[in-house]
Amino acid sequence: MVEGAEPVVQARGIVKIFGQHRALDGVDFEVRPGEVHALLGENGAGKSTLIKILTGAYQPDGGEVLLEGAPVRFSDPLDAQRHGIGTVYQEVNLLPNRSVAENLFLGHQPTRFGIVQRKVIEARARDLLAGYGLEIDVKAELGSYSVAVQQIVAIARAVELSGKVLVLDEPTASLDRNEVAKMFEVVGRLKARGLGIIFITHFLDQVFEIADRVTILRNGRLIGTKVLSEVTATDVVRMMLGKDLAFDHGGVGVAEAMQGPVRVEFKSLGRQGKVAPFSLALHEGEVVGVAGLLGSGRTEMARLMFGVDPADCGEISVGGRVVNIRNPAQAVAAGFGFCPEDRKLDGIFGDLSVRENIIIALQAKLGWFRALNRDEQIEIAGNYAEALDIRAANHEMPVKLLSGGNQQKVILARWLAIDPNFLILDEPTRGIDVGAHAEIVRTINRLREEGLALLVISSELDEVVAYSNRIVVMRDREMVAELSGADIAPSVIVAAIADNPGAKVTAEVGA
Amino acid sequence: MNRALRPLVATTAIFALAYLAAVIQFPAMLSTRVLGNFLTDNAFLGIAAVGMTFVIISGGIDLSVGAVIGFTTVLNAVLIMWLGLHPLLAFAISLMVAAAFGAVMGAAIHYLKVPSFIVTLAGMFLARGGASVLSSDSIGIKHELYTTISKSYILLPGGGRLTVIGMIMLLVFVFGIILAHRTRFGSYVYALGGSEVSAGLMGVPVARTTILIYTLSATLAGLAGIVFSLYTSAGYSLSALGVELDAIAAVVIGGTLLTGGYGFIAGTFIGVMLQGLVQTYIVFDGSLSSWWTKIVIGGLLFLFILLQRLVFSAASPRRKVFWKT
Repeated sequence: MVEGAEPVVQARGIVKIFGQHRALDGVDFEVRPGEVHALLGENGAGKSTLIKILTGAYQPDGGEVLLEGAPVRFSDPLDAQRHGIGTVYQEVNLLPNRSVAENLFLGHQPTRFGIVQRKVIEARARDLLAGYGLEIDVKAELGSYSVAVQQIVAIARAVELSGKVLVLDEPTASLDRNEVAKMFEVVGRLKARGLGIIFITHFLDQVFEIADRVTILRNGRLIGTKVLSEVTATDVVRMMLGKDLAFDHGGVGVAEAMQGPVRVEFKSLGRQGKVAPFSLALHEGEVVGVAGLLGSGRTEMARLMFGVDPADCGEISVGGRVVNIRNPAQAVAAGFGFCPEDRKLDGIFGDLSVRENIIIALQAKLGWFRALNRDEQIEIAGNYAEALDIRAANHEMPVKLLSGGNQQKVILARWLAIDPNFLILDEPTRGIDVGAHAEIVRTINRLREEGLALLVISSELDEVVAYSNRIVVMRDREMVAELSGADIAPSVIVAAIADNPGAKVTAEVGA
Repeated sequence: MNRALRPLVATTAIFALAYLAAVIQFPAMLSTRVLGNFLTDNAFLGIAAVGMTFVIISGGIDLSVGAVIGFTTVLNAVLIMWLGLHPLLAFAISLMVAAAFGAVMGAAIHYLKVPSFIVTLAGMFLARGGASVLSSDSIGIKHELYTTISKSYILLPGGGRLTVIGMIMLLVFVFGIILAHRTRFGSYVYALGGSEVSAGLMGVPVARTTILIYTLSATLAGLAGIVFSLYTSAGYSLSALGVELDAIAAVVIGGTLLTGGYGFIAGTFIGVMLQGLVQTYIVFDGSLSSWWTKIVIGGLLFLFILLQRLVFSAASPRRKVFWKT
């Protein structure tokens, strides 16, 4: 990085509002030439919104973007590209059905008398990729190469067409270690050429390996920009999760709560490339919290347990009996319930009524030939709506009209209706206004007291601490620590997430 | 070998084997006369199929092709016989009407975000209905140009005749091959078939390309209509019924993936010739119903759809990468 150099691109006081929600609130950000600047934040922190503003996909509602000191307004990503800002997305946005050479030059192919000069393109493609240390057959279909090669081709195209700033949006998410090393070599060369590189990832170790500075966002606000050589991983995690370590809950008393016999047990359950094998036993009347950063494998773990992604090793037993769970229908039959992270996408049926949303899992479990009649449906829905205090004008209104907290309770009611053995809640308080948080937490506590086994994934450390008997910590798709008793405290969790052995962690890996 | 080439190779091999088998049974089929007739009899289908290939490579479908052919034959007949225009002028008007029709369909597909299936289905009814409104009866076309064209041919060694309409089809195929594989427009068509979102992000003019694709298809359907009216010397609103489906069959048999992104114009040529071969075989045999053509084409279509599934759904091979050290 060139110290004190003029930033090549700069965002000042950016505000972006979606409806009622301030996705970005006065965020400043800058990249200098020859710098790798990492952008970190949990889901909903505003990273992608900021990137979309810098690359012209969104227009800011306030603040300004400066390119080499002059204010600019990009009408779309192509416009930003013409001005020198290129983007490479996690999902490679190239054409797998065309040749590597064509992908590099599509839209800019040199022609003579309207005929594309294929030989010229191929020669230039070979030269270009050689500069990235890649010697491949440029006439072959792009789709026949690995994702890593496709990423480098995408980078080559973006740099060729823009040449000032390169935005890498989670480029390493689906790469293995060797490929990441190759990718970083390429990033290193581009850095040496003086490009400003914005690097978005969930992998902290990669940030420390390659980035010069880091900017952390949380809930649409700028938390800080730091030079990485001056901070530790723990500092960064703390900034991302927003936990003030001086304020420590200590044991909340939950940890000592009574535990019944083992309800559900997972033995070295895992899936290649998703989650390393883990073992976990959940008792009756126990809540196990799952902590970890986004992309650490926490959601993947839940999906494995519920059979959304079938496991390729390990076994699941319920009440001591081994069950086969290869798909969600089998999981429901075993008495599992799953409230997914993205409620609107995977959870509720927005246009169906509250009643229909509540009874749907029960009906699915009963099957075609034991249809619940309308009176039964009204009674069941009524019971659970009352028990969970779902506030809806009536139970026939579309569930999409309810508040986030009430929608969440409708999904809970749906699973409670099947009388579950085990419930998985993925981020139950995301997107719910703060007042309703406490209510969800109370509901979780009550379900535990009633003897249910729950697994709750959350990035809200205060909440995890408030309801968990035990906490498991995920990092790099691996279960790295299991905390119980006095260790259930935000400071210990943060240290475990950041993998900082200096902090007080008594890790008992495995159950 | 390139995956996309495999269906094309398979089609070519099947055509060669089928032709060989037919020649063994009826040695007379191995003559330039038969080959010349292949071209003449299927000229309108081949021309329409070239347009259809572009549409399908881009990930769409054009059901209006047969109706546009029918409409163009009637329009030609009306312009020449009722209004007394010179055929060449009538051809130009017909082509422009067809092109405009295609452009409107392309614009509707792109700007209204309506699936091409629905838009071109509506186009099919409009064109067929329009043709019937112009004239529900067949109109015979008598003009010296028509007589001259149908009498002109190049004599091939062996007595075969390469007629004008056969030559038109061959030229259209050459034009299609160059357009698809050697121009920016061609690469945009493949890009749209690969991923419209990626194509847009890579700077492909999606709107213009989409409109041009359907304009091209309709214009070639118009040209096919002109060729059809030269072939039959008549204009009839119900002519070329279902030709869009024959064209789709020829395209798919020729190795183009129905979901878009892969395909060859040359493959479509073999697809058309394969249909011609089956028809000719039935004529030679004399005892078979001409509906056997449909049965054979149906069987071939199934075979090729199966083949494409096998080739494209099998995990694409990842190449070993040679990193420069």
